[in-house]
Amino acid sequence: MYEFVRGPLVWLAFIVFILGSIYRLLQIRSQLKKDKVVFSYMNFKYGMRSILHWITPFGAVNMRKRPAFTIMSFLFHFCLIITPIFLLGHNLVWYESWGIHWWTLPERITNIMTIIVVAAGFIFALRRIADPTVRLVTAFSDFLLLLIVLAPFITGLFAYYQAFDYKTMITLHILSGCLWLMIIPFTRIVHMIFFGISRAYMGSEFGYVRHAKDW
Amino acid sequence: MKLIDSPESKVVDPGLDETIKKLTPEKIKRVVDHVLTKENAGRLQMYIDTCVHCGLCAEACHTYLSRDKDPNFSPVAKVKNTLWELVKQKGDVSPEFIRQAARIAFTECGACRRCSMYCPFGIDIAYLIMIVRRICSLLGVVPQYLQDTTNSHAATSNQMWVHQDEWIDTLQWQEEEAGFEIPGVRIPLEKEGADVMYSVIAPEPKILAQLLGNMAMIMKVAGIDWTMPATDGWDNSNMAMYSGDFEIMGRVERLHWETAARLKVKKIVMGECGHAFRGAVYDGPKWLGWKFPPIPMVHAIEFYYDLIKSGRIKIKEKYKEPVTIQDPCNTVRGRGLGDKLRYVVNELCEDFTDVSPNQEHNYCCMAGGGTINCGPPWKKSRMISNRVKAEQLAATGAKIVITPCHNCHSGIEDIIGYYNLGMHVKFINEILVETMERPE
Repeated sequence: MYEFVRGPLVWLAFIVFILGSIYRLLQIRSQLKKDKVVFSYMNFKYGMRSILHWITPFGAVNMRKRPAFTIMSFLFHFCLIITPIFLLGHNLVWYESWGIHWWTLPERITNIMTIIVVAAGFIFALRRIADPTVRLVTAFSDFLLLLIVLAPFITGLFAYYQAFDYKTMITLHILSGCLWLMIIPFTRIVHMIFFGISRAYMGSEFGYVRHAKDW
Repeated sequence: MKLIDSPESKVVDPGLDETIKKLTPEKIKRVVDHVLTKENAGRLQMYIDTCVHCGLCAEACHTYLSRDKDPNFSPVAKVKNTLWELVKQKGDVSPEFIRQAARIAFTECGACRRCSMYCPFGIDIAYLIMIVRRICSLLGVVPQYLQDTTNSHAATSNQMWVHQDEWIDTLQWQEEEAGFEIPGVRIPLEKEGADVMYSVIAPEPKILAQLLGNMAMIMKVAGIDWTMPATDGWDNSNMAMYSGDFEIMGRVERLHWETAARLKVKKIVMGECGHAFRGAVYDGPKWLGWKFPPIPMVHAIEFYYDLIKSGRIKIKEKYKEPVTIQDPCNTVRGRGLGDKLRYVVNELCEDFTDVSPNQEHNYCCMAGGGTINCGPPWKKSRMISNRVKAEQLAATGAKIVITPCHNCHSGIEDIIGYYNLGMHVKFINEILVETMERPE
């Protein structure tokens, strides 16, 4: 099992993730072309202006209204993307397999980052239960997605600290990590890919067409 | 799907109650399928796929805030209770569900787009609500009063069943009235090649005719070469845009632009109305396949700003009463005219206190977007939906609320009455004629 997840499954996951993402991008591009206004109003300057405001912590009014949530959300997304890429363990594996490696973060830091992802994820789940406004629009799939996103981080922590059986844990870790990569293009996690497009369009419509701010 | 049981769900409106009786499952499915797959494409797909159900749009909505954070009034919940279900069921929904969707889309959302400024992805939630309205309109399920305005647009090319002779007669009457104030005031009709065509919304000749006289005085004092059409096409309002009857919407806008083209004017200046600006400059051209309007269109805010800034109009004595502003969604969030509006108000008034939040972040009036046109059955719901507006205005301590928008004007007047704020609403035009320097 370990051999399978460590080898073919990882390949499969990356292929599905990359081809899936390209497919979704092409698909949404042809759909957006049919939606006549999108490409005619899309404007680089105002699109970028909007994206920059919304990827800057506290760059929008709504972020300043809920500082705790903003900090948590930015930390969550930052750690979620950065940790797996600059993790020492991952780099070692890549070096072993493909002979490539790059700059890594100290393990003490990546441990903290992983804990932040898991903690923030749990708070997101709690918020879905505790806040009636969010609860009303929450579906079971929202919890499931969150679980799939958190699973590689939880199992990664367990594996690192050698809690439970290491071999089982590392297998589960790779398995859930691969699952996570593969579902990105096909679930609401696609917001990772679409964020730039929807933001750029709204920024263009507000800035280029309507001469107003959108943050 | 369980329907929502609330006081609003029991409001009687023949436009919803009687029309759903004629719906069949096949008809609903056909219309939903047509609108979702033929009329909408990329944005709908992207917005449905991207929304992570985070609820961060909730705090943007005046109805949600005013109703003590009732979860069903958050923007995302309004989409969930209407469009998500239509998409998920592929149109297999009951007539009662369509009634609920119509109630939510027409009477509980003003399409003010404040929520799209609160969504991290910039999802245009008001656009999604307009898709629901479109479906309801094609099914014939539209609040009766709102449908009546659309019928009027279809039959008379204006919103309020004004006949051509009444239109011309009203202009001549107002020309005469204005002439008593400032000698020599004219309302030139059908003057080909004038610099400016002035267009208004039908409620002006119908119920607020003095605004036309006021504008005639302003044009005279500023020395503008202007004209108004004597034919259909003078009305720039467009409730069909909000009822979801986009065919009529397109016809109305085309006629308006063609009238300006026929008169060979350099630009259109429009009166103090927000949705008319949206219809003429954005929704109309989009429907007609134009990227931008064919002739420049200047909103009254910008027109007054230019007149005052350039010195064509001088202020004799500033208005004394404490004033505040209601920023209209379609010209401030929709055109960034907030600073110019404040410049004009500060030039005209001595004692101006701004609202908070203001400019693009101002709360909706809960009258625009066709909501006030849904008529008396829905007034109470609208009032409950905008307590935050009453609190926001009361906090300024002003006596007069200035707003360059007809929907805001009526909506704020309703709120002032319902919450006993002891204020009044005025258009800029009313204060401008009072304060401007007149020729000897």
